[in-house]
Amino acid sequence: MIEWALKEGVYDLRLGQEPCNEIGTSMLSALERFLDQVDTESAHSVVIRSTVRGGFSAGADLRELYNGLKDRPESEHEQALREFIDRIHSVMDRLDMLPLTTIGVVHGICFGGGFELALTCDMLIAERNARFAFPELRLGIVPGFGGIPRLRRDVGNAVVRDLLLTGRSINAKKAQAVGLVSQMVPVGEGLRAAWATARQATKFDREAVRTCKEFMKPLPVEELAREKEHFIRLAQRPILKLALKKFVESDDPRPYLP
Amino acid sequence: MSEVLDRLIKLAAKKYDADASALKAEHDIFEKLGIDSFQAAELMSDLEMEFDVEIPDYELQGVETFGALAAVIDKRR
Repeated sequence: MIEWALKEGVYDLRLGQEPCNEIGTSMLSALERFLDQVDTESAHSVVIRSTVRGGFSAGADLRELYNGLKDRPESEHEQALREFIDRIHSVMDRLDMLPLTTIGVVHGICFGGGFELALTCDMLIAERNARFAFPELRLGIVPGFGGIPRLRRDVGNAVVRDLLLTGRSINAKKAQAVGLVSQMVPVGEGLRAAWATARQATKFDREAVRTCKEFMKPLPVEELAREKEHFIRLAQRPILKLALKKFVESDDPRPYLP
Repeated sequence: MSEVLDRLIKLAAKKYDADASALKAEHDIFEKLGIDSFQAAELMSDLEMEFDVEIPDYELQGVETFGALAAVIDKRR
């Protein structure tokens, strides 16, 4: 369940899809509805947070992706992947460019597509138990929801390579040390800290905020387009289908660990 | 090493409401604590901060017991 409410100039966007806010068509539809309805004249800021225990988001809905490919002839895979990725990129780009101050609150798992969603925010507040990772290379693909250009926009190239080429997860302290996270707070304090930050944003002139965002957070359009093509090419190979099959059919109780 | 193991067991027991005296080096972490992968990731963050170390996930492949986890932490200190 994805819900939102506008209170005192701040949108509270709550991601509550069990088990851990997997990003598939249902999540996308909800985010599209939010973006269609968001009132950028009344609001100043958006707090994006998860209400599920496991974390911010475990990433793409791999079961949906597997079934979507399995049920189609191989000749249609490229088109299906392209439609899905175009739709995701559209949502991520619209979130990224909202003329409001956007604050992501991260606790627990923030992996893959979930990390890519978090990277659309202007600022991230991480609770001490947050962990960030791009495990895509384990599946034989690269992040495809715009995560590579957005991560590169925010941190050094060496950090991007480390995260991508090892697939390892980093904790909130490390994420703050590399400049990804603006505030690290105790577990359970993320929402309060985000709300205080969002309230601060309501004091500023809209035009100044809009100008600042456009100037300091440009959309890496060309790199996003290139990432999309890399993803679509890699995702059509048998290695992804085998990895997805293994994930979906596994009875391992620890699917999110290496 | 035994100091790391003691601290690891105490931290894990406190966090997941287990009896520290019943946890031994050879015990399976998941089985004894009854935790899932989300909680395991959270435990890793706690341990990294407690011991001021970084533990890349790939160094945990095949690590199932408290003793094996303590050994990985010990090497990183």
